[in-house]
Amino acid sequence: MTETLTKKKSTQKQPKKKTITGSEAVILSLLEEGVDTIFGYPGGAIMPIYDALYHYRNKINHILVRHEQGATHAAQGYARVKGKAGVCFATSGPGATNLITGIADAQIDSTPMVCITGQVPVHLLGTDAFQETDVIGISMPITKWNYKVTKPEEIPWAIAQAFYIANNGRPGPVLIDIAKNAQFGELEYSYEKCQKIRSYRPKPKAHEKDITAAAELINQAKKPFLLIGHGVLISGAEKELQKFIEKTGIPSASTLLGLSAMPCDHPLYVGYLGMHGNYGPNIKTNECDLLIAIGMRFDDRVTGDLKKYARQAKVIHIEIDPSEIDKNVKTTVGINADAKEALKALLPKVKKNNHKKWLQEFRDCDKIEFDKVTRHEFFPGKGEIKMAEIINVLSEKTKGEAVLVTDVGQHQMVATRYYKFKKPNSNISSGGLGTMGFALPAALGAKIGRPDRQVVAVIGDGGFQMTLQEMATIFQTQAAVKIIILNNDFLGMVRQWQQLFFEKRYSFTEIVNPDFVALSKAFGIEAHQLSKRENINSSIDKLLSHKGPYLLEVKVEKEENVFPMVPSGASVSEIRLE
Amino acid sequence: MSNLNSIYNDQTDFSREREFTISVFTENNIGLLNHITIVFTRRNLNINSLTTSESEIKGIFRFTITIRTTHDTVKKLIKQLEKIVDVIKAFVHEEKDIITQEIALYKVPVKAAHNGVNIEQIVRESHARILAIENGYIVIEKTGHQRDTQKLFEKLEPHGVLEFARSGRVAVMRSADNLDKFLKEIEKKHK
Repeated sequence: MTETLTKKKSTQKQPKKKTITGSEAVILSLLEEGVDTIFGYPGGAIMPIYDALYHYRNKINHILVRHEQGATHAAQGYARVKGKAGVCFATSGPGATNLITGIADAQIDSTPMVCITGQVPVHLLGTDAFQETDVIGISMPITKWNYKVTKPEEIPWAIAQAFYIANNGRPGPVLIDIAKNAQFGELEYSYEKCQKIRSYRPKPKAHEKDITAAAELINQAKKPFLLIGHGVLISGAEKELQKFIEKTGIPSASTLLGLSAMPCDHPLYVGYLGMHGNYGPNIKTNECDLLIAIGMRFDDRVTGDLKKYARQAKVIHIEIDPSEIDKNVKTTVGINADAKEALKALLPKVKKNNHKKWLQEFRDCDKIEFDKVTRHEFFPGKGEIKMAEIINVLSEKTKGEAVLVTDVGQHQMVATRYYKFKKPNSNISSGGLGTMGFALPAALGAKIGRPDRQVVAVIGDGGFQMTLQEMATIFQTQAAVKIIILNNDFLGMVRQWQQLFFEKRYSFTEIVNPDFVALSKAFGIEAHQLSKRENINSSIDKLLSHKGPYLLEVKVEKEENVFPMVPSGASVSEIRLE
Repeated sequence: MSNLNSIYNDQTDFSREREFTISVFTENNIGLLNHITIVFTRRNLNINSLTTSESEIKGIFRFTITIRTTHDTVKKLIKQLEKIVDVIKAFVHEEKDIITQEIALYKVPVKAAHNGVNIEQIVRESHARILAIENGYIVIEKTGHQRDTQKLFEKLEPHGVLEFARSGRVAVMRSADNLDKFLKEIEKKHK
């Protein structure tokens, strides 16, 4: 067998070679991978690569962020709207460690990202040299793959592997750490895209018997319920999903990251799952007879108490990552495949059907939820402005067609609950890691990636202050990001939990904020504050119609709670409406 | 996956802790050991023993890991291990599916022999052998399962054991099926 392997290698045709530096090879390799944008921050150990980049600055748009964490989130925002890996540059030591939060975020939210860090030269490795840190060791648990380059000739290979791994299968972040001597050194450059890796199976093929078994369960089900995950968007299976749902008539709900895979006004779309999701989807999870989960991982924020989660139902789980199948919820039929391929295979095998009575049960829940929660939030009449009012107006004025970027906390749950998405890949949020400070840089990245789309960042007053230095990046790039700060002068979600579960002991959640409007103007970004209900429409018009970036601070009700809510550790059927 | 399925279908108590042997076949890359142990430490699991060596295929390394845990956990571990890009395949084995061996070295003082203890007889009875006789001490070698090497340790202990070292477990599979399938898979991928 080894013989055949070697033979294979030697018969591959050899592309033309030329001698260049490792640094130039980095840039040329990135160009080969179609990279047009890099989010980064220079420093000692990556200076040779930045020097090479200087000569290619008309081909690659480098965005100088103000903190490396911002680079990662911007790359994530970019990756989510483009459906391909975002790229970050950072130097060694603190530059590299500042990437860690964003890498962990990208890993848990399956976002393709290629991070390139500079490293001290090989002869200084392990000597505690200036700005030396073991970023390979640090990032190992949170990257899909990482690699330390110590010789210039490894560079094209490492970059080709990196993009292949980041973009294929279940996407994720990769990191390449390039020692400075490899950047300075020379190599005979040639580039070959990675086509496969023998130890890695990114495209598992569904077993015919699993497809047949799943179709049978679907055809027999009286109360089937479908869960749309992020995987639907990643595999670009929106059309296949819609066809499948329309043929089978199955009520369908979305996870946080699955939002926008299906238009919110679709007659079979019944809402949003999880802790602050809609009433119907949570309650009905424990009443359905068949649960069909596509491209999702049964996160605890979706399932609540697993022991009381859909125990009555049979479960079909379509998932590209085999380690997710049977991880949290035991499946009846697990289909280890790409969502699009699996849906294509299933479609001809399922019968045309409708579940009108069952669907009506969801609509009845909607009515209860509207009467108990939503009506009051949309039309409170008096008192301070509610977050939901803003999102409702924003949704109408953007016709549900904007890219909504949210941070983490109450505003995130309200915005994702009430924004009526119409187009795929329109919801960008930190789901799994729950990274405060995500939205501002992610919105910048999304706008850079899709300048043709309206990008609106909805952020809380707490999260905004975690990465607000990226206001300077937004000003420098003039990316027309629309920023809404929903300011309640509290770390609202923690305060809500303190109120509900810690007897109102508001331990360090009250926050004294800066003057956000003045702050924004100091960065050169136009801004105003909204505090009166009658000005909501005009304020949002102003925000949306402004040519460049704009910030709108909204003073909202201080001690507002987000409902519905499945209390932590409770069953989804114990969802509270008040 | 047949190996995994047979373990899943085993209707014995899934939540009972017992010993499992795991074989992991990987590329020969720096840092893989770290990558593999992270899967265990993340779940706060203690590895009992770990050995690694190149396998019968050049460039493919084999890790043999023993661990005490439950069925449920071990099947998740296997999937997590296989998720590592540079891991080619991971197997979990029941004791009956594999042939295993360990090696132990015992350093005992020469004076133990002088005190009327018949070291030679202990060595003979235990199917051990004397590896070296140095000035002041003897080194005994014993291969076998852990219970055998432990037994010899207990026999020698009263006479003074200066040093004792036991290797991790090495294992080969009893049935050729799994390995064959896995080899064919690699072959196929390279066509």
